[in-house]
Amino acid sequence: MSTILSFTILGLFTGAAYAIAASGLVLTYTTTRVFNIAHGAFGMVMAFTFWDFSQRQGMPTWLALILVLGVVAPGIGWFVQRFVTRGLGEGPVSVSLVVTVGLFVGLIGVAQYIWPPAPRTLPPFLPDKGVQIGSTYVTAHQIITIVLSAVVAALLYLLLNRTRIGTAMRASVDNPVLLQLFGGKPDRVASLSWAIGISLAALAGILLTPVIGLSYFDLTLLVINAYAAAMLGRLKSLPLTFVGAMGLGVLQSFAVAYLPSQGNLAGLRAVVPALFLFVVIILMPQAQLRIGQVKGIVSAPLPSFPRSIGWGIALIALVAFLTVAMSDANLLLVGTAATYAMVMLSLVLLTGFGGHVSLAQFTFAGVGALAYAKLDEPNLYGLFLSALIAAIVGALVALPVLRLTGLYLALSTLAFGVLMDKMVFQADFAFGYNGTLKADRLSVLGRSFDSLGGYVLVMATFFVLMALFLLLLRRGPLGRVLIAMRDSPAACGTLGLDMRWFRVALFGLSAGMAGLAGGLFAGLRGTIGAADFQLFNSLPLLLLAVVCGVTSVTGAALGGVGLMLLPVLQSSRPELAGLVFAVLGFGAVALGRDPNGLANQLFTVGRLLDRRFGDRVRAVVPVLPLPRGRADDGAENAVPLNEITIREDVSAGLPEDSTTDSTADSTKDEEVGAHVAARG
Amino acid sequence: MSLLEVDDVVVQFGGVTAVDHAAFTAEAGRITGLIGPNGAGKTTCFNVISGLQKPNHGTVRFDGRSITRLPVHRRARRGMGRTFQRLEAFGSLTVRDNVRVARDIARGIGGLVRPAQADVDGLLEQVGIAAYADERADSIPTGTARLLELARCLASEPKLLLLDEPSSGLDESETDAFGELLAQLAAEGRGILMVEHDMDLVMSVCDDIHVLDFGRVIASGPPGEVRANPQVQQAYLGYSDAEPAAEPSDLTQELEVVR
Repeated sequence: MSTILSFTILGLFTGAAYAIAASGLVLTYTTTRVFNIAHGAFGMVMAFTFWDFSQRQGMPTWLALILVLGVVAPGIGWFVQRFVTRGLGEGPVSVSLVVTVGLFVGLIGVAQYIWPPAPRTLPPFLPDKGVQIGSTYVTAHQIITIVLSAVVAALLYLLLNRTRIGTAMRASVDNPVLLQLFGGKPDRVASLSWAIGISLAALAGILLTPVIGLSYFDLTLLVINAYAAAMLGRLKSLPLTFVGAMGLGVLQSFAVAYLPSQGNLAGLRAVVPALFLFVVIILMPQAQLRIGQVKGIVSAPLPSFPRSIGWGIALIALVAFLTVAMSDANLLLVGTAATYAMVMLSLVLLTGFGGHVSLAQFTFAGVGALAYAKLDEPNLYGLFLSALIAAIVGALVALPVLRLTGLYLALSTLAFGVLMDKMVFQADFAFGYNGTLKADRLSVLGRSFDSLGGYVLVMATFFVLMALFLLLLRRGPLGRVLIAMRDSPAACGTLGLDMRWFRVALFGLSAGMAGLAGGLFAGLRGTIGAADFQLFNSLPLLLLAVVCGVTSVTGAALGGVGLMLLPVLQSSRPELAGLVFAVLGFGAVALGRDPNGLANQLFTVGRLLDRRFGDRVRAVVPVLPLPRGRADDGAENAVPLNEITIREDVSAGLPEDSTTDSTADSTKDEEVGAHVAARG
Repeated sequence: MSLLEVDDVVVQFGGVTAVDHAAFTAEAGRITGLIGPNGAGKTTCFNVISGLQKPNHGTVRFDGRSITRLPVHRRARRGMGRTFQRLEAFGSLTVRDNVRVARDIARGIGGLVRPAQADVDGLLEQVGIAAYADERADSIPTGTARLLELARCLASEPKLLLLDEPSSGLDESETDAFGELLAQLAAEGRGILMVEHDMDLVMSVCDDIHVLDFGRVIASGPPGEVRANPQVQQAYLGYSDAEPAAEPSDLTQELEVVR
């Protein structure tokens, strides 16, 4: 009996903290239509700030609390709404997701930079006080938290129902334009709700820190619990959000108490919030198609097919050259870049063409790698079967949210990522906790690739083939339908397209591509483990894909190289590790509105150079026919010179280029270098 | 039996009743106008008919069968096409590809495997925007984009066309040509239901007109009858007093006709 009581109280305590965080999330989402993935990250940074004020600088607790909740957090909320998320609500949901994922990663980077890893503790409020209820001891901190959640609920109710600005807030939920017509100020409403929202995130973070510790990731990922609670209220209803938060808290507490801590079900305890989120999302009612939010985006130009082939061969030739020139350690990096680039290609399909966001693309790569290692068929058959398994898993993730739109699909990928991380990848039947699996290298049609160089070349070839496949798809009728669905789902529906199955197929295909990359990666590394496919890695992947250009295969190539360089940069200057994330995150915030990314800047520069110098170069150097045959020496595989300057394919991202005889080209490589430098 | 029968439809947004027990029909081979002051619930009616908005009450019958519970795409497959007041062209595709997508979708899986070519340009000719075929759809003028939506709609060979303010953005001569096009489309047997503010166009091309005011159908009949209806005059004049600056050009046009 007493255990039930004590676990219930523990559950109500965490539930109360979730409720505070979730109500902030609901407030910002309903008033501005921007779903703040970084809500938990703000809570984390604010908890660190509170620690800094109260512990490191030794301020009295009340002063630190007032400063954080009353000045810093609202100030940041106001700033973010004013300068970062403003106007995102009317755009496609993929853009606001990418921008807030950028904030998410950036904030983690900032926290790591300002407060480098070190043991830190934050004592609970009134640490020595508490009351005895029966045989259960309830700490003052727990009581304070539960009372505060009630206070927050009451204050929000009063604000929304009894004040002018609160009425304006509720009105702006329904129609911000109308509110403006009637003299309201939607911008002020939005700023205020972000200020309050971030404050609530801060409060939740501060309340939870004594229990779960000051950790960059644990506090940040707590946001999933807040999402789950907010989802029960369909991101609209504050009372239901509170109910959801309390229910989730108690459920989680009971899971800790009564679920087995050994065996395959042990992981279940850690994924209760993710499961809860999944179930709530599945139970959501059918979404209505929305009209009037179409934004045709300027896509990267589509290269002609022969030109794509030319660039593809050039890329393979370049990699062939690298395999001769580079050490094995560096070749491993090239292979890693190829893997990342392939996973990014799957995002080009899903996000660039399809307009959907996956927050767990590495998880699908992990499924492919796991399947490849488990199948132990190191040949094309095994590889394609692994990709198929990943594709089926991807389709299964999209299936339950068939009826819903972008945001929920993205959130369910997040829940899926957590589930796979904790339940599957670390389980004994998969990689095992901290365990690894061995995987053999692929042999193609009986020919095995024992040397690292040969295998990396195979990977580059796969990348090129996948890129060509994507470009072919994009040119064809299916590609047109994809773009049409992205531009106007409502129009597609009224033309008779059943988008639900299309979306499932799209998700499946994208997951399959990621799975194929995962299988190849397993062969490259030889041993792989759960750590290679952590959920968190998927977020920088998404960001780099967008920063480099998620609408073109060139962007994927650039992004693959960039993502490979991230850990290299971080290990060369460990003190700047956080800064790299911060730059990447905030770079994505800045560039997130243009999904064509850096690749498109390259195309523009290319066209410019072609106009300036193209004719002169063509006059001096006769036009060469399309590249022929041999793929072992880069210099022999030139593409037609009149087409070099417009980089519409894959080779742009690599540090060197095979076609060194073109002035235009070397200039562009400097351009790439400059961008890479700017990022790092 | 009418091609389209809207019966006793009610739509409420919070406390506001946008459509209030509305009932009207549209016939095959005829042009039906749906008119009324701003905010009368015309577009909401279109959304209910095409399935983008669930009604709180009432039924929609199409071609003899109830479609009230069908999702958007199934209604389209039964032969219903629509255009949008706020444009929904596929902005990043060319004008030709917009129509091609529609044709591919209409032909189902087969269309996606073997895409259509020839008749797409024919449709662009028919609505008079062939000159824009290779432009991106988000770079063409509004009036042209409305015609593009019509061409896209025609590509799926619908029995009923729902046109939401198709002529806004067109100049006078273009509007005349558009009227002829509508008459021709109806003569081929299609039913056309049209929300339109240009009263000259409505009065000249429509065979039947339904007038909505505050979500209710206040008058139905041929143009001459509707024009003479005192309730209709009241509705338009009443609005003109309350909101003098709402849409001056449309309003004066409407008033002239009503007077």
